[in-house]
Amino acid sequence: MGAVSTMRAEKTETGDDVLVRVEGLRKWFPILGGVFQRTVGYIYAVEDATFNIKNAETLALVGESGSGKTTVGLMLAKLEHPTAGKIFYRNRDVGKLSSSETRWYRKRVQMVFQDPYASLNPRMLIKDTIIEVMKVHRVGGPNYYDRAVELMTRVGLSEEHLYRYPHELSGGQRQRAVLARALCVNPEFIILDEPTASLDVSVQAQVLDLLKSLQDEFRYTYLLITHNLAVVRYISDRTVVMYRGIWVESSPTRELFGRAEHPYTQALLSSVPIPEPRSNVEKQLLKGEPPNPTERVKACPFADRCPYVMPVCNEKTPPVTQINDSHQVRCWLTVKK
Amino acid sequence: MVLSRILEVADLKVEFRTYRGVVKALNGVSFNVDKGEVFGLAGETGSGKSVTGLAIQRLLPGNAVIVEGRIVFDGRDLLSLKEDEMNKIRGKEITAVFQDPHTYLNPVFTMREQFRDILLTNDREIASIKDKREIEKAVHDRIIQMLTEVQMPAPERVIKMYPHELSGGMKQRMMLAMAFSLRPKLIIADEPTTALDVTIQAQVLELMKSLQKKYGTSVILITHDLGVIAETCSRIGVMYAGRIVETGTVDSVYSEPLHPYTQGLMRALPRADKDLKVESIGGSVPDLVDLPTGCPFHPRCSRAMEICRKINPRTLNIDGRIVECHLYDGETSRGRVA
Repeated sequence: MGAVSTMRAEKTETGDDVLVRVEGLRKWFPILGGVFQRTVGYIYAVEDATFNIKNAETLALVGESGSGKTTVGLMLAKLEHPTAGKIFYRNRDVGKLSSSETRWYRKRVQMVFQDPYASLNPRMLIKDTIIEVMKVHRVGGPNYYDRAVELMTRVGLSEEHLYRYPHELSGGQRQRAVLARALCVNPEFIILDEPTASLDVSVQAQVLDLLKSLQDEFRYTYLLITHNLAVVRYISDRTVVMYRGIWVESSPTRELFGRAEHPYTQALLSSVPIPEPRSNVEKQLLKGEPPNPTERVKACPFADRCPYVMPVCNEKTPPVTQINDSHQVRCWLTVKK
Repeated sequence: MVLSRILEVADLKVEFRTYRGVVKALNGVSFNVDKGEVFGLAGETGSGKSVTGLAIQRLLPGNAVIVEGRIVFDGRDLLSLKEDEMNKIRGKEITAVFQDPHTYLNPVFTMREQFRDILLTNDREIASIKDKREIEKAVHDRIIQMLTEVQMPAPERVIKMYPHELSGGMKQRMMLAMAFSLRPKLIIADEPTTALDVTIQAQVLELMKSLQKKYGTSVILITHDLGVIAETCSRIGVMYAGRIVETGTVDSVYSEPLHPYTQGLMRALPRADKDLKVESIGGSVPDLVDLPTGCPFHPRCSRAMEICRKINPRTLNIDGRIVECHLYDGETSRGRVA
């Protein structure tokens, strides 16, 4: 029986629609200082991330640098421990997994990083890189090599590429190789951290289409972490917008691009340069820059740059407003409406 | 016509001598920049856009050779100038803005010291002052004035800071202030906003546009982002494998791209403003050590003909637009040799 069919059988076992549930996730990185390396402060990377990811959907986590989106990804991959909050995977608390269960989790959850060059060992052939992962997770044996070839074809490469070193591949090919490595353990959930940021436009489209077709065929669930809103629109089903470590808006992607409610989301959308001359819809330029992450957010994280700021925004954290069943926003403006 | 032209690059060919062989980075690049114009140079990695920018400033690394070509800046042939004559142009009449703020700002000097250096070396007005104290005052006033112009928050405080204390957006504002402070005739901006977040990118581009307009400076904006060019430039040159395959006004090139590569690029671009089916260009960019014969794009081109595999296309002029493609060459088609 081929690896493909086993994977499908596994997928249909559970009826629950929600695969990943993230509740109030927080991560503070301590800043150590002085002779005794005591904690003198914190980088408040993530304050509150809350969202669900359904089976076989693509959730985009959007934000600018320092918004905490990558840290959320690392916590989901169990590469960082949350300071507070919980992650549930198939209704199991990821923070309370035993070591054998962690192994189970790591097999189902894979991560693809932005820079494929940095995440491949320069001294290992692609073949060895992929087979090592299969051996560690005890999948695909004993015919590791056959499976590696099958994976290469699946991501649009060929057997010949298995005998290359990372530096002998182009950027797009490297990203495909990293993807093949992630797929070799039959994962269910793949965290894609800026998967196309290092690629040229003509190659980016190839990789995006590959991700889409793999999802159609194998029902992978994706968390797409990116700052590129065009990519978000192209491949995601739902979007969560983060600012200074706090989620500010969550909505189906289509709806978000049509009617963004949060002033930050609106500004973000209007800042994207559109490749069409004279498309110049009046730009909503934001003033200032996101402040220092060593200062803790007290009220609304966006208050100091918001064009519609009101006194209440600097006093209290805005509550969650339901625009409809699937669209939530955290902003005092929508509360007032 | 000639008077309104600030820069003319003709048939520029640059090679790099490397251990792998000769890398043909530029294979005959020609374009003009008018006074007060923002010209966009677009292209993917390895297309030669940055090399073009460096060649104009004669800042190419030691293993690079300018094989052929002419670069005429403001009536002077830059390639025939002596190094000390070039030094008078570089950093004064032609200045640069780079992508990565970490690499161009010196980490061990404060912003004031670095800015002061630029003004003392290059500014004639300040150099003519005799009194030492007056010089310092003039320098200080000028720095503050420029920083105010680039809307730097708290300029008096910023000038005492070291580069690492500035955010990415502030560093890029600082770079713009430095670049514009000597009132150059041409600024070469190589991916000036690529390292920035979109909201900050929008601010910096807006700022660059307004300064450019105010001083009538010509700008060559080098970027891979077609959106940035659409919003900033009046004309665009699309580069592929060391050639400019298409040049025209932004309006015409975006609404009706002629070269199959430009067409493919536009179709491969996911859009934030509408739902579009994206089509990728198959294959990847050619190896510059071993360029394909004929048109460099033919292995990836869906409309490639027999002739494309053999002969390099001529440079054609189609209603004022420059295209290098066999599709438009021939008696029945619209092109005529430029």
